[in-house]
Amino acid sequence: MADNDIEHLIQLLAKLPGLGPRSARRAVLHLLKHRETLLAPLSKSLDEAAENIITCAICGNLDTHDPCVTCRDPKRVDTVICVVEDVADLWALERTPAFRGRFHVLGGTLSALDGVGPEDLNIPALLKRARAESVTEVIIATNATVDGQTTAHYIADRLADCGVRISGLAHGVPVGGELDYLDEGTLSAALQARHDF
Amino acid sequence: MDWTDQGIVLSARKHGESSAIVTLLTSAYGVHAGLVRGGNGKRKRGDLQPGNKVQAHWRARLAEHLGNYTCELSHAHAATLLGDANKLACLSAALAVTEQSLPERQPHPAIFEGLSVLLESLKGDIWPSVYVKWEVGLLGELGFGLDLRSCASTGSTKNLVYVSPKSGRAVSRGAGEPYLKSMLALPAFLMTSGVAGETREITDGLALTGYFLERHVFALAGKKQPAARRRLVERLSRQVNK
Repeated sequence: MADNDIEHLIQLLAKLPGLGPRSARRAVLHLLKHRETLLAPLSKSLDEAAENIITCAICGNLDTHDPCVTCRDPKRVDTVICVVEDVADLWALERTPAFRGRFHVLGGTLSALDGVGPEDLNIPALLKRARAESVTEVIIATNATVDGQTTAHYIADRLADCGVRISGLAHGVPVGGELDYLDEGTLSAALQARHDF
Repeated sequence: MDWTDQGIVLSARKHGESSAIVTLLTSAYGVHAGLVRGGNGKRKRGDLQPGNKVQAHWRARLAEHLGNYTCELSHAHAATLLGDANKLACLSAALAVTEQSLPERQPHPAIFEGLSVLLESLKGDIWPSVYVKWEVGLLGELGFGLDLRSCASTGSTKNLVYVSPKSGRAVSRGAGEPYLKSMLALPAFLMTSGVAGETREITDGLALTGYFLERHVFALAGKKQPAARRRLVERLSRQVNK
């Protein structure tokens, strides 16, 4: 029975990103060796997360409260909404202090291949938020992929009559990037978006 | 089993954590899928964006296996189009129509060449006409070609302005008048080597090819017209109605 429990735990952990069966086995062994300090708190924390974490009804972020912590923050600017594909993108942008506005999580991108259409994305809620009087700009921060930019153009079309400025992220040379190693697409995007010194 | 060929990326679907199952339209082997190890990783993901042209090497133990691709970027078409909504819609539509209409592993070099020309045309302004002509060529390659040489009813080669939805043949103005409601408009640029003068001609052309693609290609395969093509048609129709 004990063997089954261990195997079951290994199988579950092996499904996590970054872990395969071998690393899951190592992780389980580590957890079992540190039962009091790691396994019990982790188990409790997982229980609490499963119980308490919900999707914010305003922006689509994951949090223990609805509205989430970013939507409740009174220090944030209400006039700008940044649209992202996924919660991971929201968390990435939160790591930089450059943006202090509000967020909106779409929940994916338009994809003919995967059968994702506009009705599967959180677009109606975005339109409603963009029509609010306080909003002056919507930044569409979808990925620089064909699907991401197709979605961005679709949203820009839908927002056209909302009377807000619609902007997108710049594409080009990353910080620390060397021109020699950049692909031709990134280089041409960088050249198109060149600026005056 | 292995071969090397030029290919256009139709789609790249994530497989596992960092690999991707990439579907290419190749010149000699048609629509052909394969696994690219690390294809969903940071370094290769950009190379495998839909629309990019790659030099692909496919290898498998048996011909019927999925096999592994090694792809080297030849031309990054996708990256140069990301900022243009219309061109991006055209790219997505062309790739979706190709993937949904062609059978796997059957060579269609003419469609590959046509798609290559279409991708090149996206650098300029004549791409809407090239796209419609490419769809006409696709219908012909699949065995459902339109016959636009003479009127199906009178045999006349002049005043051809309609296409019969039943036969796919051109119909002259006089012969088509009694059946006006059911006739499909035939834009003049499809009978010449020129390009369309107005966006209306493009939307008429898309309605024409869309009708026959839907009826002969997608419906027979139990599929619907790709959403990407519908979005392109909607986008261009909005410009006509402005």
